[in-house]
Amino acid sequence: MSSETSTVTSEQPPSTADTELTLRLPGESQKSETKPTKRRFSDLTDLKLGGNNESDTECSVVTRSTPAKERVVGWPPVRSHRKNMMKKDCKYVKVAVDGAPYLRKVDLELYSGYQQLLCGFEHLFSCFTIRNVLNERKLMDPVNGMEYVPTYEDKEGDWMLVGDVPWMMFVESCKRIRLMKNSEAVNGSVLTRRDFGRWASKIGSWKLLV
Amino acid sequence: MLQVFEARLFELVTGEIGSELVAGRIVMAISFREEVLEHSWYAIEWWCQRRIFIGNCYVVSLAMKIRRFPEVRSVELKWKPHFADFNLVPDGWGGYFYPWICEMARVYPLLEEIKLKRMVVTDECLELISKSFKNFKVLVLSSCEGFSTDGLAAIAANCRHCCMLFASWNLRELDLRESEVEDLSGHWLSHFPDSCTSLQSLNMSCLASEVNFSALQRLIARSPNLKTLRLNRAVPLEKLSTLLHRAPQLVELGTGAYSAEIRPNVYSNLAEAFSRCKELMGLSGFWDVVPSYLPAIYSVCSRLTSLNLSYATIQSPDVTKIVTQCPNLQSLSVLDYIEDAGLHALSLSCKDLRELRVFPSDPFVADANVSLTEQGLVAVSEGCLKLQSVLYFCRQMSNAALTTIAKNRPNLNCFRLCILEPRAPDYLTLEPLDNGFGAIVDHCKQLQRLSLSGLLTDLVFEYIGNRAKKLEMLSIAFAGDSDMGLHHVLSGCDSLRKLEIRDCPFGDKALLDNVSKLETMRSLWMSSCSVSLGACKRLSQKMPRLNVEVIDEQGDLDSRSDNSPVEKLYVYRTVAGPRLDMPSFIRNMDQNPTCRRYSLEKLFSE
Repeated sequence: MSSETSTVTSEQPPSTADTELTLRLPGESQKSETKPTKRRFSDLTDLKLGGNNESDTECSVVTRSTPAKERVVGWPPVRSHRKNMMKKDCKYVKVAVDGAPYLRKVDLELYSGYQQLLCGFEHLFSCFTIRNVLNERKLMDPVNGMEYVPTYEDKEGDWMLVGDVPWMMFVESCKRIRLMKNSEAVNGSVLTRRDFGRWASKIGSWKLLV
Repeated sequence: MLQVFEARLFELVTGEIGSELVAGRIVMAISFREEVLEHSWYAIEWWCQRRIFIGNCYVVSLAMKIRRFPEVRSVELKWKPHFADFNLVPDGWGGYFYPWICEMARVYPLLEEIKLKRMVVTDECLELISKSFKNFKVLVLSSCEGFSTDGLAAIAANCRHCCMLFASWNLRELDLRESEVEDLSGHWLSHFPDSCTSLQSLNMSCLASEVNFSALQRLIARSPNLKTLRLNRAVPLEKLSTLLHRAPQLVELGTGAYSAEIRPNVYSNLAEAFSRCKELMGLSGFWDVVPSYLPAIYSVCSRLTSLNLSYATIQSPDVTKIVTQCPNLQSLSVLDYIEDAGLHALSLSCKDLRELRVFPSDPFVADANVSLTEQGLVAVSEGCLKLQSVLYFCRQMSNAALTTIAKNRPNLNCFRLCILEPRAPDYLTLEPLDNGFGAIVDHCKQLQRLSLSGLLTDLVFEYIGNRAKKLEMLSIAFAGDSDMGLHHVLSGCDSLRKLEIRDCPFGDKALLDNVSKLETMRSLWMSSCSVSLGACKRLSQKMPRLNVEVIDEQGDLDSRSDNSPVEKLYVYRTVAGPRLDMPSFIRNMDQNPTCRRYSLEKLFSE
């Protein structure tokens, strides 16, 4: 999938009209009223080309590989299972959401930066949207108005804020991810108030880390 | 009518059910009422009382099938179209196993085996299986999806349930080949209770999570009949020797990741463990290979009949060194890293080779990253006299090479060629590859399966229609000029059962001129062709015993004109009428579904 089809770029802040993005969970396309092209997560690298233009207004997952030519869906006829197995790097980590009973898994190797990871969370958890708050992109639950702060456990067992370190370093050291409700992140184990201030400005600087 | 029925019965039964054929059962089938005889293909596909094989599950409705055969021991179901493997069938298409297992749990108490292919199987299904059949022995889930490791835990733990109520636990085979499993953790394996000692086959190669190693070790140690063990990538190489020590009787082994730091004791342990496996005939796995560890398998090479190195990213010299030590090899799967040189060496060393599969290491890159061309396949066709089955991905092909291959190997029964670039011509002459494939179908008179690629005109289809009389399955992509191509195939290929087509300029006329042919086939798939909505409706009207399903993810079929082209079309014969589990983006073209289904149900309900 060539990177020109990515719609999330750091140079162009989205307009007000499309800052509110709501996406379905995988598996809901047949019930959804919007037009489907639902892909399983493992198939997100195989997006249709020249098909419907939904992906222009939604968050596309950008893969890291940039092949020499455009891909056609299902060609060459290599099974998804084989494609997944042949991926040289595969970094699956669990993602937990405060208040949700289920975990999901993401392959960090599928993303090229924090922006795309945020979009990936939107894909995984349909309760989330990305809202632009004061020029910062935050993960929100519109139903309860809560903000969710992505945190992760690193190799040393410490819980860190997502976004602190360069992307590749994060991919290498991340063991699992937890999306914490903002109040916890501020008052609980992860941060002091002073840290929160520093963190808030860091989230704003995600754009630069991509 | 009766004679036609008998002939069809023999032909289809021997083709699909094989050795279960017994004279007494045929008599049973023939004693059906006369009306049934017209639907012989339906009766035949599931006449056998003990073993049910259904090649396309929507052929019969669940209720009808379930009612008839309570003695069933074994069920084998195939569901989604083959092109689902390549993401051409949208999610939500159908193929849900749950309604079936609910019924089976009720009425097949003696069920021992379930084998499913391309179906949606949920954890609930697996839990139901685990609780419902006291003699349950074999579960094979091939290219399935929809379940997680929690469901597997239920299967494994079933032993516990059974052991409380009955004397022994029976699970013999758990095979998850190439399924997509939601991998929550490796903990499921630990659910096999200590009393489970009957395991003969375990294939967990498609799972990513690490399982508890000591649980795995203990399971293997208490399974003296374990013949097939396919580990997943997460089982480290350093621990493989430990497992092999506990299972020297293995016949087929799939390793985990085949890499470790270079340490002499790890290597020597591994080599020694392999040397103890005197029954080993098949090897697979080999992810993340470190070449220095490959010689550890040399002691078993001379016995190997099957070798799957298609995940091993090792270069030509290393691959070649292995295959040339396997003189008894019958089946080889490799990546194109083997290159022409390796295939040439293979052709000299492996004279017993029956099946060759060469997969692309980097399918999305335009330029060749390896030196694998048509010459490699030509060499194998010359040297391996027993070669019957070929799957070959490459970047160039010529008519001359195809003709040579055809003349060398007239005994081919399966020929699947994938030239990576769509519509690639003969690279020497820049002509279409019609004559080359024409030679294949001309010389290989027993050819049952063919996949085409490269630049092809209607001429190749004329050749196929005229010559490929035993052809049962044909896959076509980016080929042909006009409707005549499809017409040649449908009117000429007498044995055709499955036809799948994508991105070809085939349209209404060929389809509507050959409607009765479609009822003799199991299924037809056409996507991104030139078939109109109106033609689909007309087809459905003409052939009430076909389900004509139009898949359109734009979602506005009702407002489309009859002239508009359909995205995807799937046609299959059925007595069950339109299926009930179609999502909103699939439409059956049948105008009067309810009447038809009811009358047929009445017919068979006795």
